[in-house]
Amino acid sequence: MKTGGSLSIWFFIGISLLVNGLLICGAGVYEFFHPPLKQVVLYHLHANIWWGGILAAIGAAYCVYFAPGKGRV
Amino acid sequence: MTAAFALLDTQRLVHLSTIDLAIIVFYFVLVLAIGFYLKEQANTGEDFFMAGREMTAWIAGLSFLSANLGSLELMGWAGASYQYGILAAHWYWIGAIPAMLFLALVMMPFYYISKTHSVPGYLKLRFGEPSRALSSVSFAFMTVLMSGINMYSMALVLKIVLGWNIHFSILVSSITVAIYVALGGLRSAIFNEVLQFILIWAGALLIPILGLVETGGWSGLKARIATNASAEYTHLWGTLGHFKDNPMGIHWTGIVFGLGAIISMGYWTTDFLVVQRVLSAKDLRAAKMAPIIGAAFKMMVPFIVILPGLLGIALLDTKLVGETQAIATGGHSYNEVLPLMLARYCGPGLLGLGITALIAGFMSGMAGNVSAFTTVWTYDIYRALIKKDASDHHYVNMGRWSTVVGVGISIGTAYLVMDFKSIMDYVQALFSFFIAPLFATVLLGMLWKRATPAGGFWGLLSGTGSSVGMWAWVKVDPSALRYVALSPYARDMAENMYRALWSCLVCAFVTVVVSLATKPRPDAELKGLVYGVTEIPSETYVSTLHRPWFWAVVVGTIFVILNIIFW
Repeated sequence: MKTGGSLSIWFFIGISLLVNGLLICGAGVYEFFHPPLKQVVLYHLHANIWWGGILAAIGAAYCVYFAPGKGRV
Repeated sequence: MTAAFALLDTQRLVHLSTIDLAIIVFYFVLVLAIGFYLKEQANTGEDFFMAGREMTAWIAGLSFLSANLGSLELMGWAGASYQYGILAAHWYWIGAIPAMLFLALVMMPFYYISKTHSVPGYLKLRFGEPSRALSSVSFAFMTVLMSGINMYSMALVLKIVLGWNIHFSILVSSITVAIYVALGGLRSAIFNEVLQFILIWAGALLIPILGLVETGGWSGLKARIATNASAEYTHLWGTLGHFKDNPMGIHWTGIVFGLGAIISMGYWTTDFLVVQRVLSAKDLRAAKMAPIIGAAFKMMVPFIVILPGLLGIALLDTKLVGETQAIATGGHSYNEVLPLMLARYCGPGLLGLGITALIAGFMSGMAGNVSAFTTVWTYDIYRALIKKDASDHHYVNMGRWSTVVGVGISIGTAYLVMDFKSIMDYVQALFSFFIAPLFATVLLGMLWKRATPAGGFWGLLSGTGSSVGMWAWVKVDPSALRYVALSPYARDMAENMYRALWSCLVCAFVTVVVSLATKPRPDAELKGLVYGVTEIPSETYVSTLHRPWFWAVVVGTIFVILNIIFW
């Protein structure tokens, strides 16, 4: 059974979450060391660091689990 | 891309950083990459139009839901919850869950066993060519109009939120959708819809989480809403005893019978835009599980759509107003509540993801309309009425070209909507014209073997005609509202609910009367199409945990509990 060639849709989703998560987490870390003048509400929670981290971790897990050649769909 | 961004305007609700723009650009690159990658798997008609009928229940189920998460869905219902309170959640719960479960358990076996490629295709098998012609032409018309409205809504949002040029937004989004659907067909649309669904959650979920942190949880949120607006805004059923008791001007009978029993049943079980996703499932069990998975996630969507609207009532310093007043006063409209909440909590990166979620929602709705239009045009209009005996390769090429033409017509519709803004008001009306009567026709066709081809056709035609007639009656004489919607206090939303109910009943009545007066088809011709003469495959070979009815009971129970909690 295939659902779209050798690459699973979940692999694409893994890539998307991983790249977005790293970019968001990176922006959060930069903001942590260089606090902006105009801060968002609840800035002290540093949501972009932990939310970006969560997305990157889920994305990495999907990339590994649904990596090409493993036959998972 | 630099030149393109030079088109951006300076007036905007939020300002994007380089990292935000990088996230948005990455999204466009990824959806196009998926389209190019899947081109090789879209060579036959079955591949291009039905995604090879090999999708798993999860992929079909998430795509089924994602195709519905279009432009009016995210922004519109967040705005509606700011305006009407938690009543807007009815469109996600009673206005969706029973219908999705009904589709899974009752109707899906007939769609799937008949091996139809579309809902008009089922009508052809059950009632003959005239019924198919009527429903396919009305569906194609409705679909390109909806696609154009989707496109315009997206461009308008991007203009308001980001200050982007409206023509730039329409062109970039429509060309992207045209490329990935024309290349990979339904499979590409489905893959991108699943990706878009995940991104919508990833981008929007943080707003309710941080909002509840700020308000001190649900009880804190309710207390602030009671202070800023009224405690009625947090009751789902308690204020529906009379039209005048709630901000929506609707009675519980309109919600239960108009929305729950007719409009949602019509949309979720016969609108080919969503049903097409389920027809791509790899087997009957997956086809039955897909709407149940969709229903489970649909129940959670209010968390990212309705809750931000309620948080807006509780937390925003600015009072949001209607679109007309916002334009006149330079204030913010109800529809801007979601981006306003996004700007409140999201810094660099998160803002880009949130905006990507909005764009993804718009594009999934647009791609859903375009791929459904392509299938109905190619199979139910072009092949049925214009060129009957062409090769499979010819129809695939027609599918690719009709995708491009469909997007082109949608762009034209978007500009039409821009010039005649009242068309936006007719969207819901359009829906009640075509979808509500279609539900009665399909349901009687599936469950009553005595229904005849003449009964099906005349029922559908009279249902649609009566709906248009009631709409025109109220337009000409507004006092007619007391007859159509049962109360002079009813508002637009209530009128649509009741009109849908009456048109469905008219369709059912005419179908029954004409069927009883005409000769039925023999049972042998109805095998695989109608209850009572179709053998439904047994599921005794699978464990309880893998049976659709078990998960339907689980989802149904949670649905009841949610309604009681928020009563």
